[in-house]
Amino acid sequence: MSFNIIDRRLNDKGKSIPNRQRLLRRIKDSLKDSIKEGIIDSDVKNFGSDKQVITIPKRGLSLPEIKHGKFGVKNIVVTGNEKYVRGDKIPKQGGQGNGGKKGSPDGQGDDEFKFELSRDELLDLFFEDMELPDFIKNTIKAEDNFENRRAGFITDGTPARLNIQRSLVVAKSRKTALIGPKRKRLKALKKELEELLVVIDSTKDEESLKSLLLRKDELETEIKKLKKKIAAIPFIDEYDLRYNHWVKHPVPTNQAVMFCMMDVSASMGEWEKEMAKRFYILLHLFLSTVYEKVDVVFIRHHSTAKEVDHDEFFYSTETGGTIVSSALDVMTDIVKERYNPNDWNIYACQASDGDNFVFDNPKVHEVMTQRILPICQYYAYIELDEHRTGQSDIWSMYENFAQNFKNISIRKIHHIKDIIPVFRKLFEKENS
Amino acid sequence: MKQYKPLTTSSEWTFELIQEYTEHIERIAKEKYDLDLYPNSIEIIGSEQMLDAYSSHAMPIMYNHWTFGKSFVSNHNSYKKGYTGLAYEVVINSSPTIAYLMEENTMLTQILVIAHACVGHNYVYKNNYMFKEWTDAEAILDYLKFAKKYIADCEEKYGYEEVEKFLDACMTWQFYGVSKYKRPDDLSKKKQKERDKKRRQMMHEDAHEIWSTVPDLNKGRPDEMKKEKFPKHPEENILYFLEKNTPKIDEWKQEIIRIVRKIGQYFYPQLQAKVVHEGTATYWHYTIVNDLYEMGLIDDGFMVEFLALHTNVVNQPRGSAMMNPYALGFFILKDIERICTEPTDEDYEWFPDIAGNGKPIETIKWASTNFKDESFIQQFLSPNAIRHFKMFSVEDDSEKPYYLVNDIHDKNGYKAIRERLARQYNLSSMIPEIQIENVDAWGDRSITLTHTMYNGIYLDVKETVEALKHLRYIWGYDVILTTKDEQGTKHITYIISEDDIDIIDHMAEDEDDEEDQIALAFQGLYGGYIP
Repeated sequence: MSFNIIDRRLNDKGKSIPNRQRLLRRIKDSLKDSIKEGIIDSDVKNFGSDKQVITIPKRGLSLPEIKHGKFGVKNIVVTGNEKYVRGDKIPKQGGQGNGGKKGSPDGQGDDEFKFELSRDELLDLFFEDMELPDFIKNTIKAEDNFENRRAGFITDGTPARLNIQRSLVVAKSRKTALIGPKRKRLKALKKELEELLVVIDSTKDEESLKSLLLRKDELETEIKKLKKKIAAIPFIDEYDLRYNHWVKHPVPTNQAVMFCMMDVSASMGEWEKEMAKRFYILLHLFLSTVYEKVDVVFIRHHSTAKEVDHDEFFYSTETGGTIVSSALDVMTDIVKERYNPNDWNIYACQASDGDNFVFDNPKVHEVMTQRILPICQYYAYIELDEHRTGQSDIWSMYENFAQNFKNISIRKIHHIKDIIPVFRKLFEKENS
Repeated sequence: MKQYKPLTTSSEWTFELIQEYTEHIERIAKEKYDLDLYPNSIEIIGSEQMLDAYSSHAMPIMYNHWTFGKSFVSNHNSYKKGYTGLAYEVVINSSPTIAYLMEENTMLTQILVIAHACVGHNYVYKNNYMFKEWTDAEAILDYLKFAKKYIADCEEKYGYEEVEKFLDACMTWQFYGVSKYKRPDDLSKKKQKERDKKRRQMMHEDAHEIWSTVPDLNKGRPDEMKKEKFPKHPEENILYFLEKNTPKIDEWKQEIIRIVRKIGQYFYPQLQAKVVHEGTATYWHYTIVNDLYEMGLIDDGFMVEFLALHTNVVNQPRGSAMMNPYALGFFILKDIERICTEPTDEDYEWFPDIAGNGKPIETIKWASTNFKDESFIQQFLSPNAIRHFKMFSVEDDSEKPYYLVNDIHDKNGYKAIRERLARQYNLSSMIPEIQIENVDAWGDRSITLTHTMYNGIYLDVKETVEALKHLRYIWGYDVILTTKDEQGTKHITYIISEDDIDIIDHMAEDEDDEEDQIALAFQGLYGGYIP
């Protein structure tokens, strides 16, 4: 035998992974641009849940090919001629034919290359800008929680899961089914033999004795054969084996609600909005890994506050002065109505440029310390300060809170990578 | 023939059945048809592994490169959309010959793949003259292991970006790494080590050949020395030339050039023997499966499945300029069978050497081992085949808005059609002929190449410019490429310098004004593309 048969199905399936990584490295800038667009377009809730399909232009995605151009005269052999004869002219499609030999029509539009990123790859690129520390990445990328539960028996499995009792039970029933009729027959034969022997003993006649003895031999051979057959049936067979069956069962977890509050006065521009959005997405992603159900409530405010939906939160164009307490009031109202702190874990994140109507500050202080911080699991505040304009009212106040309460974290954001530290306390707490 | 009962009638395969059928198949191949084969290694894989396999030229081990990643994504996208099925057969030219069977295949499909790949393709790999000359089946996998590790080590030492840039440049020219008229050297590991040692010695001992052209004034005037051409004769093995002669090149870069050209050399015959390969493999799967049926090892149900599958494989779509190599190769070999056993008068006229020789198997073996596609078609494409496929030829002039039918499948057309079809498989029609003409060793160290036009066809301008930029990156000095026709007249010259690209159109109306020439070139040839 000059051949081998090898089962490679359990082998490493990821042979193309290093090649895929190299491809990703090469087109990383295009990918990042595409992701940025994706952030702007997508829902806070949906980001990262679906596979992202990216389209990039093909140019730059192939090695150059040394090949003939389209210009010139060539002969082509074609099959399936039903009707043409020599001299026939078959019109070309697209009406080519350029005057002058210099026109080589090579104007294909850039074909686009469609590329699907897995959730992991997408999150990696999203986080790269933000310099996410590893332990946070791992938390966010981690799979849902499952537990294993018993679910009866199955005919295939690993030796560790073999259920011996069950297998023997099945073996016994198989044996019974197979041997039963044989045993019955054997019993009948033995009985016949016994009776025959008695008859033989009492027979004196030579003639009849001969036939009786013949019959005796027949019976004995048949009995021998039958016994052999019975012995050949194994007491256990591969077919009988039964293994314990385990199924994965998702672990129900508690629920959380996330309050997103944003100051929409005129001072919040595109950059500020993008930072705020990343901020909300990050918290949502994190919470999604810990809680099975995460509700999101959007509250926008200038001098008045309103609960809105996702689109209005980011795209509506009302502006006005700034009264922060309006938002806080709305939040407490909603909590009272819909989110009992006993049943829900409450998280809040607030984004603002720091300004507030000066007479509002005492109210903010009261609402925060009396009604919000006591019920929140965590309160994150980011102040969007691209141009470093110095201390703001809200900042000083919240700084004070941060010293007295453990569940609040504040940060000034000058750059995208400043977002993470706001969450550090939160993540550390959850992971301890 | 000994009679058997079908080993199975179910479509489910098992390892035992694969074993038994393979034993029968190999025995038929060796005892009935006397086919000399490499040992076979049959590997069962899943569909994702199959995708992995043929995204990197099907080699089980290969160095990593982003083009393979892209190839994987493309294939994966097509597969998911249902545009293409996965190949049933992927087989590797090595000893033992590796054939992959997908676990989703039915029993009959596995039988077909085994006959097709483990007998048919195996036979061609071992016995066809092109493969015997250019590939070393026993050493290739070890060599690829070495190559993969070497490149990975370079990535660590010198940074993946630099290695990737250099690899990209070399791979662009991977089909220009073969010396068509010299015997290729060995791939074995031991010789590799010896060569490394030798190379290191030589590095210390002599300067590159180029610098030996520095004149010795005692020997004569510098002008005379200048006239000595380097290289003396045009060099077609561009990568080899670069490996040996690039000024101040690092040793690891030389080794990478060497790796790319060795692998290019390994795949070189594959480009030129597709029809021979697939035709032979199809012929043997057809013959052997029929034998299995006659012996009773497979039943009618299997045969029905087989005929459906086989018909699909050898289907040639009508009105197509793309010739299915399975269809063409199989038909030609079956035709040879007919010519040897029941020739018509026409056959006697066209194939006097083999018509009626009564030795179909021997002739088929000879046809599949001593020819490559171009010569195979030129030798064996019969009028019968031309009529069967209803072949006709058209002239495609890119300046005209129509195709002109110049020959059809009648008595006056057979010869022309056969010659034209054969020419389509000529290497130069697929890979433009480019050679290194000269190096200005004494002056600016620029390297000049000549492209000899095939059928008066120009190179694709955009791609050529990019490819020449890569060449410049390897060489380090300016690169000049001139397109000449078969009479030696210059048509176009590309000049790639560090910051600039010039294209000169020698056939421009106003030949005397060079500036005009360049302007015209940009305007017309470039088609508006600004580099």
